Amino acid sequence: MPFRRRFVYSDRVEATSFSSEPHSKAPLLSMRDITKRFPGVVANDRVSFEVRAGEVHALLGENGAGKTTLMNILYGLYHPDEGDVYLSGEPVRLVSPRDAMKRGIGLVAQHFHLARRHTVAENIALGLPDTPMLFPTRALERRLTELGERYGLAVDPKARIWQLSPGEQQRVEILKALVQGAKILILDEPTSVLTPQEADRLFAVVRQMRADGEAVIFISHKLDEVMEIADTITVLRKGRVEGTLKRSEANPSKLARLMVGRDVANPERKVASPSEESVVRLVGVWCKNARGVDALKDLSFEVRHGEILGVAGVAGNGQGELIEILTGLRKPTHGRIALDGGDITPLGVKGLFEAGVAHIPEDRNHIGIVPSMSVAENLVLRQYRYKPFAKGMLLDWSAVTGFVQDAIKGYEIATPSKDTIARLLSGGNVQKLILARELSGEPKLVVASHPTYGLDVSATALTHRLLLEQRERGAGVLLVSEDLEELMKLSDRIMVLFSGRVMGVVESTEADRERLGLMMAGVQEQGLQKHQDLSVTEMGI
Amino acid sequence: MSLLERLGYRLEQRPVPPGRVVFLVTVGAIVAALIVTGIIFSLFGVNPFYAYATIAERTLFNFRGFTEVVRKSIPLLLAGVGLVLAFRAQFWNIGAEGQILAGAVAATGLALFVPLPVWLMIPGMFLAGFLAGGLWGLVPAYLKVRLGVNEIITTLMLNYVALYIVRWLINGPWKGASATGFSYSDKFDRAIWLPTVGTTRLHWPTLLLGLVLALFVALLLSRMQLGFEIRMMGQSPEAARYAGVNFLRTTLILVLFSAGAAGLAGVGEVAGIHHRLIEPNSISLGYGYTAIIVALLARGSPLAAILSALFMGLVFASGDIMKVALRLPFQITGVINGLILMFVICAEPFLRYRLVRLSAEHRRGLNGRGVESAD
Repeated sequence: MPFRRRFVYSDRVEATSFSSEPHSKAPLLSMRDITKRFPGVVANDRVSFEVRAGEVHALLGENGAGKTTLMNILYGLYHPDEGDVYLSGEPVRLVSPRDAMKRGIGLVAQHFHLARRHTVAENIALGLPDTPMLFPTRALERRLTELGERYGLAVDPKARIWQLSPGEQQRVEILKALVQGAKILILDEPTSVLTPQEADRLFAVVRQMRADGEAVIFISHKLDEVMEIADTITVLRKGRVEGTLKRSEANPSKLARLMVGRDVANPERKVASPSEESVVRLVGVWCKNARGVDALKDLSFEVRHGEILGVAGVAGNGQGELIEILTGLRKPTHGRIALDGGDITPLGVKGLFEAGVAHIPEDRNHIGIVPSMSVAENLVLRQYRYKPFAKGMLLDWSAVTGFVQDAIKGYEIATPSKDTIARLLSGGNVQKLILARELSGEPKLVVASHPTYGLDVSATALTHRLLLEQRERGAGVLLVSEDLEELMKLSDRIMVLFSGRVMGVVESTEADRERLGLMMAGVQEQGLQKHQDLSVTEMGI
Repeated sequence: MSLLERLGYRLEQRPVPPGRVVFLVTVGAIVAALIVTGIIFSLFGVNPFYAYATIAERTLFNFRGFTEVVRKSIPLLLAGVGLVLAFRAQFWNIGAEGQILAGAVAATGLALFVPLPVWLMIPGMFLAGFLAGGLWGLVPAYLKVRLGVNEIITTLMLNYVALYIVRWLINGPWKGASATGFSYSDKFDRAIWLPTVGTTRLHWPTLLLGLVLALFVALLLSRMQLGFEIRMMGQSPEAARYAGVNFLRTTLILVLFSAGAAGLAGVGEVAGIHHRLIEPNSISLGYGYTAIIVALLARGSPLAAILSALFMGLVFASGDIMKVALRLPFQITGVINGLILMFVICAEPFLRYRLVRLSAEHRRGLNGRGVESAD
């Protein structure tokens, strides 16, 4: 038990001294020929992987490539069928997460494991073995402040978790791992919940850890961030190591090829030909959020036929409510919405779907599908009421089967069968399922919310291609995304929301990160006011 | 390190439990409950083997005894199928007991006070019972969808309201002319008693209704748009809202069927057996509560509810045998019910997890490091 508990409350200097112990020549962590089989798949196939102290090692791969399985093995959640794990050259068997933690392995999972009603310090004290019975957090709070200052992980130890943003919650998870003495920190898709600015801060933290001799395993499927932060990159595909490269030897297209197994074509946006006619037009729309506070304030804009209108903004500035009022999940308190000139303000979800509004929801796993229903059932989740699937009060499952088989083939949904439970599909395939369902009826307006969030390269490319196809077909697309690159690549125009108001609408050819960033922070540009000055009479309703 | 790992096993989550496993786990839970019941038998000084043999002989291997089993399973089937439907939509109807009584009251009211032609009387009673039971469920359904009132509480509380309404009726306005000193209504006209099989008390029209209802609910859930909406609502309310399901309409319809089915059971009890409105606890021997177990054992399948209703009917019928032949208190059926419910719920983890033997290599590794890891 070489480094059990020594790091708890210990000074970082002592902690780092570990690497100069007898095995210092050996890498801090080495996983050799790890094989893990699950019924029907080999999740890891003779995977070997090494991390040295003071190294940021990226584990790059698409969803389902075996990254998470490998890390779960390292964290003691799974046991490898074959292969060994060595820490500083010494073979170990990691039996449980607690065991892994005692040996200096910390995991910051994609989904946080924090008690929302408790404070930061309480959450961290919960995981420590020698938390005193009385005043459990007193000594810890001091230590947290120290660590926070050292790494730029400033979080108020007395704040309650529910008060914190996702980025801050992630800092708490990192602090938790550090306090427990992690020498090897696993960050599983850490930027998926962060804004660009928060991601930059995270990278600064990671660099400080590297400087302190920590080993960081950075799991990602995003090429650009891997290129930015990693020293070494191991690419996994279908459970196997496709290559381990120094950053200097790597470039994005090379990594993409290793990761996907072929060249990835970036979908090209054909030069604009949006018509002058609007698909959807909002005039003076107000609405309240779930807490009864005004979330949209006097919103007026239009999406034209054959146009992708990107919506940028820091999360929580009215994007969610905008999606909801356009898809019938929420009613505006004032204002008018017209679809192809017809008033759709009073319509609900069903009415808007019938009017030709497709909705690709943000939370694809809980809202976009019923996880416990089959792929086939999920593919007709919204069209089951209409012909040819409905026959009187009955459902015609044979008609469904025909449609489903076409959809699975046409959208390349990887599923063992049409009767497989949708929960068992990977994220990318869930999104393909949703796209197949929503785009099948040739909608007039496609409302897409964070459609590539958490998707791998090929699923992202497919989603982009499909949205661009809708645009070329003449549909209007409203695209809400936190990924500015994505917005600038796909959109014809970008609208920035701040505090429920339109800060401005820019042609994407004239947009850049800085200009958008200013508007996202609430700085209104001159001369954009006219976009909002549409009156009700102008709409003709 | 856990005890399981020391023994060379670990738990793994199952993605989807196969039907065979669900069946075996359910049967296993019932067997476990019966073993514990056997221990209770011996505490009463009754040899459990003798007890089970006697029960089997007088229920399963005796025509009259068997008709009693089926008779007791009729209300369980009707109410149980209704609850299967409600539970599939995550509507936790605990009020079948009150809905049975509401059905019984409506049937009695029609039988005693409404001059319908005789041929219309039996269908009329069933219709009235269905609507009354349904109405008893619609109140909580409406309150749930519109105001978010917890349906477990409202349906449960309405059971007591129904119970006291029946007591009031048989002691007050509906008290029978012949009922001096007793509390019950007048007897129904013999012409409108439900027909039975031979001289037994097996009122087959209600049984038929129960079987038809089970088939109908199976069809509803698998082949009808309404059933699809019900399943969506139950399995993911957020997705159902996104898909455009009208929660109020769907909930009201499904609860009308669910609670209406229990109302039908109440009609069967008064028109098929007692032929009058009597003390509520004698109309329903807790069928509405036992129907919850029927629905849980059926695990969402209306056809499986036929089997589980028969089984729970057997438990009820054996209560009579235990009282008469073994001199055990009838309340022991309540103990059996409770044990079955408890074991079925406790068996849940067996459906979600399975025990996997660790690889030989891994076991060796663990044993070799046992001392060190124990540290």
